[in-house]
Amino acid sequence: MTFDDDIRDLYQEVILDHGRRPRHGHRLAAYDVTAKGDNPMCGDRVEVFVKLDADGKIAETGFEARGCAISVASADLMAETVQGRGKADTRALFETFREMVRTGACPEHDAALDEALERLEPLAGVHEYPSRVKCATLPWHALVAALDGTREASSE
Amino acid sequence: MNVEKIRQDFPILSQTIRGKKLVFLDSAASAQKPRAVIDAMRNAMETQYANVHRGLHWMSERTTDAYEAARDAAAALMNAPDRDEIVFVRNSTEAINLVAHSYGRSMLIPGEAVLISGMEHHSNIVPWQMLRDSHGTELRVAPITDSGELDMAAFEALLSDGKVGLVAITHMSNVLGTVTPAERIVSLAHAHGAKVLFDGSQAIVHRAVDVQAIGCDFYAWTGHKLYGPTGIGVLWGRRELLEQMPPFLGGGEMISSVTYEKSTWARVPHKFEAGTPAILEGIGLKAAIDYVRDIGYEAIAAHEAALTEHALAQLSRIEGVRILGQAQDRGGVVAFSLDKAHAHDVATLLDRQGIAVRAGHHCAEPLMHRFGLDSTARASFGIYTTHEEIDALVTALIRVREFFT
Repeated sequence: MTFDDDIRDLYQEVILDHGRRPRHGHRLAAYDVTAKGDNPMCGDRVEVFVKLDADGKIAETGFEARGCAISVASADLMAETVQGRGKADTRALFETFREMVRTGACPEHDAALDEALERLEPLAGVHEYPSRVKCATLPWHALVAALDGTREASSE
Repeated sequence: MNVEKIRQDFPILSQTIRGKKLVFLDSAASAQKPRAVIDAMRNAMETQYANVHRGLHWMSERTTDAYEAARDAAAALMNAPDRDEIVFVRNSTEAINLVAHSYGRSMLIPGEAVLISGMEHHSNIVPWQMLRDSHGTELRVAPITDSGELDMAAFEALLSDGKVGLVAITHMSNVLGTVTPAERIVSLAHAHGAKVLFDGSQAIVHRAVDVQAIGCDFYAWTGHKLYGPTGIGVLWGRRELLEQMPPFLGGGEMISSVTYEKSTWARVPHKFEAGTPAILEGIGLKAAIDYVRDIGYEAIAAHEAALTEHALAQLSRIEGVRILGQAQDRGGVVAFSLDKAHAHDVATLLDRQGIAVRAGHHCAEPLMHRFGLDSTARASFGIYTTHEEIDALVTALIRVREFFT
């Protein structure tokens, strides 16, 4: 097996791409809620900014991250997949996603999440690296904290 | 020194990881254990185990002898003048906390300062912050130079007002590999009326430590980095200081007599060793010390100097690699960053190739920030490390960089 084959289970092209050039990796000029996420064990840090629409649904998410390719890619894919979702919907997606990165398999879920989970699927490979699961979930913890009105989250 | 023969003493090194030969370059975090240590602990459990210092029976006496032999071995290792100056603790962190609580609260006056350096492990920062906040001492930090050495002029300037009561400083940085000039630090500190504690967690693994030659007042180290078990470390302190210091923890083992009105303390070092100690770990530590002394520090230092030189030369040839610290006097740890990839990604990709390194802030966040970084990868070497393993790291890093480019 070559080096490349050996690591592609985790570092798929979509992760490398979003890790290198995140589309949402910036602070929003105007936002309604924000929170920071910290992983004190490894020093990863992410700050998310969320603009809500009139119905309280996510209109736009931006983030500033200091961390590895996994955490940046995860934050970017998160920003993409939560657009248009309400709080409960976002939380449901996070719970399903979290289960997926922990176990490597996608658990039963509402069909409305299908498309988003398919988009997030490349991150499932992280389950083989227990110490890296938190890299993938940290931005989600921060996002949920922002929606809940808590200013800080930790992936510990 | 025959590295292949040494490698055969470490059962774990013959393992494969993810189908690949294990290349263990994380000894500075915790070293692997030789068969002698494993056997000593197992034999004690299988043949003589009992509690120490109390049972009037054969087993307890044998175990007490074996455990106390570790104290003699530790004293000899450091050239301590008196075996009773060896206090067993869990690790270096506990040793430093013991000094902070016991010496700090009783012998340092509020307003006096503790002087540390800009390359300390968190274990030699946080206890002094806690002392500052509870006792009113000041915390001073002596800066380091861009090459990762202690700025001696700044260090001396910080001592000059005579307010520093204690210098607490690493003897070898766990990130930069820098070995600090111990004798000079002590002579400057003593000239300004300050005592000196060394955090020797890394240093004692790589070179002979002679506390009498250094002239320091306290010296802390931990067993698990010296090829011994976890859960046991050593605080060496000058007897006259240990005798003046109050106990750290109270309980059994550390008393002379107890009534409800008043208790009196056991003599040094038992005054500082409350509760049933780490008996098996002490026995394991003795075996580790014997093992290291059998090989000899001269051979160990020469081997690791050659490895470090090789690693620095090879790593600096890789495009985009930045090595932290270029100290003249350094031990076998090399922290580095790669321009195209975060340290965690580097570590994961190396792990995928069977190579174990540490990644993160190495429990030295202020030091990372000093160099404008949040995390680095770190390769660290031990007596069993080979040149081929460093070559494997270099080859793997080149692939990692290509992958992320």
